[in-house]
Parts: sequence; C-alpha cells; structure tokens
Amino acid sequence: MSIRNFLVWVIALAVLAGAPAGAALKIDITQGNVEPLPIAVLDFVSEDGVGMKLAQVVTADLERSGLFRPIERAAFIETQVDVNVRPRFRDWRLVNALALVTGRAIRQNDGRLRVEFRLWDVVAQQQMTGLQFFTTPENWRRISHLVADAIYERLTGETGYFDTRIVFVSESGPKNKRVKRLAIMDQDGYARSELTDGRTLALTPRFSPTAQEITYLSYYRNKPRVYLLNIETGQQEVVGDFPGMTFAPRFSPDGQKIVMSLERNGNSNIYTMDLRTRETRRLTSSLAIDTAPCFAPDGGQIVFESDRMGTQQIYIMESDGTNVRRISYGEGRYATPVWSPRGDLIAFTKTYKGRFLIGVMKTDGSGERILTEGFHNEGPAWSPNGRVLAFFRESKGADGGPKLWTVDVTGYNEQPVPVEGWASDPAWSPLIR
Amino acid sequence: MMTTYLPLKKIAAFGFAAMVLAACAAPSYTTGSASSSASGGSASAKYLVENVGDRVFFETDRSVLGASARGTLVRQAEWLNQNGGINMTIEGHADERGTREYNLALGARRANAVRDFLISQGVNASRLQTISFGKERPVSLCAEESCWSKNRRSVSAIR
Repeated sequence: MSIRNFLVWVIALAVLAGAPAGAALKIDITQGNVEPLPIAVLDFVSEDGVGMKLAQVVTADLERSGLFRPIERAAFIETQVDVNVRPRFRDWRLVNALALVTGRAIRQNDGRLRVEFRLWDVVAQQQMTGLQFFTTPENWRRISHLVADAIYERLTGETGYFDTRIVFVSESGPKNKRVKRLAIMDQDGYARSELTDGRTLALTPRFSPTAQEITYLSYYRNKPRVYLLNIETGQQEVVGDFPGMTFAPRFSPDGQKIVMSLERNGNSNIYTMDLRTRETRRLTSSLAIDTAPCFAPDGGQIVFESDRMGTQQIYIMESDGTNVRRISYGEGRYATPVWSPRGDLIAFTKTYKGRFLIGVMKTDGSGERILTEGFHNEGPAWSPNGRVLAFFRESKGADGGPKLWTVDVTGYNEQPVPVEGWASDPAWSPLIR
Repeated sequence: MMTTYLPLKKIAAFGFAAMVLAACAAPSYTTGSASSSASGGSASAKYLVENVGDRVFFETDRSVLGASARGTLVRQAEWLNQNGGINMTIEGHADERGTREYNLALGARRANAVRDFLISQGVNASRLQTISFGKERPVSLCAEESCWSKNRRSVSAIR
C-alpha cells in the first residue's frame, strides 16, 4: 500500500545577485509543435549519490513532457556548481543551453534531506527561480518531481503535473483468463504498488479529486458494483444499495458525489449518489445505454455517451439531468467522454472504420482533433493540468494486450508509459499539493 | 444501513472462493457448476452444454435473438421446466471491438434478452439471474470476426 503521509517543506531561495534583466526565457506552448527548450540539468551536489539520482529524475520528467530537450551530460564543460554560486554562463552558452538547473542535496543532522535548486536563464544570466525542500530521505523521488514541476511552471506558465500518480488496471495471465487488479504508480511509472489482489475482477478506477480514495467497479461476490477504496487504509465500501449492476463511476469535482450507470433489466441509466447524505438521484430515463458519465470541472454539467439514437454518441446535460443535447456529429461512434480539467475540451474514444481513435472536441462538439489512431486505443484520462492525455493501446490477438501511453493534447509527443506487464484503464490523480 | 465497510482481506477471501469455482467451469467464470449436479443425468451442467446448448450468439451491438438462438433457448426452457430444482445465472458477453463501459451495458442487455425469453417460455423469473462480463471474458482470441462472433454470446450456467 502506498502511503503519502509525509510532509514536504518548501522555502524560496534568496536570489543570487546577477546581471540586469534581459528578455524573459519562456516556452511558447500555444503552438502545436513546440520546439523543445534546450536545458542542462547538473547533478545536484551531494555526498551520497542522491544528487545524481535527483537530477536524473528531473531530467526524465522534463524530457517526457516533450517541451524540453535535456543536453547530454557528456557535453558539459562546467561539471559541478554549488547551489550558492553563479554558474559560468559562457560555458553553458557554448553547449547551447538556454536554461540551466543547479542544486544541492544535504542530509541534515536531524536526519532530514534538504534539497535546494536554482533555475537559471543562461542568456540573461539570471536566476529564474530557486527553492529548497525539506523531507525524509526516502522521499527524494517526490522531491525530484516537485523540482521538475517548479521548472515546468516557471518556463511554461502552466501548472506542472509531475508530482502526480496514475491508478490503473494491472493485467496478467492469458487473455481468456485475465487477472485484473488495481495498481498505482507515480506518473513516470516508478513507485508502483498493487491495491487489490486480483482475486476479484476490478475495472475503471477513478481518483477522488479531494481525498486519497478511488472509485471503481468490483466483481466482489460476482455482483458487479461501484466501490470506494481508501488508498491509505485499504478499506472498501460499496456505493449505495442498488438492485442491479452499477458501473462507470466518477467523482464530482467537489468529491462529494459519485456519478455512475445503474443497469436494471438490461437497461442502463445514469444516477448520482451523494456520499454524505446517501441520497441517489436518477438523471436519465432512456431505454438506451446511457453510460460513461463525467462532470464538468465546475460541476454544473455532465457529459456522457448514449446509443439512444442508434449508435454511441456524446451528450451533455445539466447536472440535474435536464437540457440533454447531443454534441458529437462526426462520422463514426463516440464513447468514453472525459471533460478537460480546464473545461474547454472533451476527450473521447472514437470508433471509425474498425479502428479505435483518441481525440478531443470542444464542448459544443466543434473543432474535433484526432490525437492518435490504430487497431485499439481507448479510455483517455487527463493530466490534472489538462495538457496530457493517458490512454491504453491494445495489441491484437491471443498474445496481445494493453499498454499505457500518453500524448500531448496537441497530438504530438506520443510516449509509452514504462509499466511492467499489461496495463489498462489509466486515471490521473489530482495534483497532490 | 445501506453501506458496509469491508476490510480488504475479507474481500480477498471471498474472491478466492469464486476463482476456485471458476477453475472447474471454464470458460464460464461465474458459475456454480461445482454443485452436486456437476456430472451425470440430464440435470447436469454436462447435459446442458452437450444436449441442450448453454450459449447463444448475437450480432454486433445487438441483443436481438435470432432463429438459432431462439431454438437453443426453447430447449433450455424445456430443460429448465423439466428440472425444477435448477437455478441459472445467464452471463452476457461482448466482443473486444467496443469500449469497456458500453460493453458492460451491452452484455447486460444480452443476458436480459435471454432471461426474458426463458420467462416467456414458462420459466419462473426467480430461477434466473443475470450478470454482464462485457468484453472481459473472451473465449476465442483471434483479432478476426470468426473469433469476435463467438464472444458475442450469452452463457447459461447452473447456479
């Protein structure tokens, strides 16, 4: 069980005096295909090797985002810079770095790890940001992600997403007897742990936006129902007392409600359940398959899929079930709609000509863009800053299986997520901060 | 109280029991065919599979019962009416060419279409449970229609 019961203390570093201000270094991410920013990340000065590991994780985070091009260490001229010393900017210009990260990691007498770093604008010869973190030494990996987030935020102007986790379904065994259990890991694939033991089929986990909780579909006692799972205690709780299958759950943005499908006599409709009052509310009353509901980030509306007009299409309704309107009108079928955390886009799985695509459209259905396509891509999940989508891609046949991938919302920078074995149904955590 | 708190270990124990049963009854995962009627006689799972027919198949996205499916289910209903002590779970399944949530709902539609038909043939509704496995339990594994058509099925299993 992965527990995050530790504290991280963050303090800004004093700015080291330097050259006068020049043009501010910034990555313009409004364009589709961003030219990655050349950045040098020096090993953090340390006595025990943790400084090198910190720099490696920071470098990997920045590189995977597609917005940075880390410069190879072998090219560095200056190879060690104390965090309280101004670097030799001329040496960094020579290796074509525009940004430079220096740092230090010290084990203090009280046992805590103190990590300091500075981000430098090489051309302007200026410090752009500097922070120090205090934590227990085993949390060095999380500090690395916090450092990478600070760099990302300073250079892109957007919120970072490196200090986050992904919950997913870990799959093992032959395809006709697949064992599926919930698992959780850092967004970069490290620090993985299994949350359920695989003896009960587990599907579609989704994070709570406010608590260390997951809602998912469990086949416990052969009764497929929506459950809540506390990540830290392992406690489970069935959501509501429904006579039929409940499935496709998600939290409301305030974490107080679950929206999900309830199946009765073969007919699936959408319900909400208030987790405090236990009050349930029926939102759709069609004879169709109404499923995969997802709240807008402001909680006012719900997007879902329905085959009420013949094939799966995407609809939006008010969160009380009124004013239902279809938004998907392209060729093919549209499923698994997920509202962007920024509110402006709906990500979906599209089936067209026997292929499975991941795409985004505006909330009025216009501006459809396909981000990836192939034999089978399914189940997009937004990073908490709305910049990246995780999804799973399944390979064909008896020996095939799903793997997790990420793609930038622009459609560029498609990357496999390094996970051992088969993995499906990814869901991104909120920012842990 | 509508809500029960269950420790993870307890859930694990129940889940394990379910898997042991499943091992006796592949390809069906729900089933209780480890019951006393597992072998011999017409009131057995073996008889159901070999002489009556335990499964029917569906067109893509559909839950309509075709002529062949209705033929099988007429036999199932007769068999159930002759063996009044037997209760069944009807599993609904989908092929892999759909999204997960939709396929869960589609499997439920199929299982209920079978249940409704059996009821129409005089089987008492209380003897028939349904469960959907969506696309989670394929029996044919190739990435071609010849396999997908075998996975779009309902399976009736003695409970």
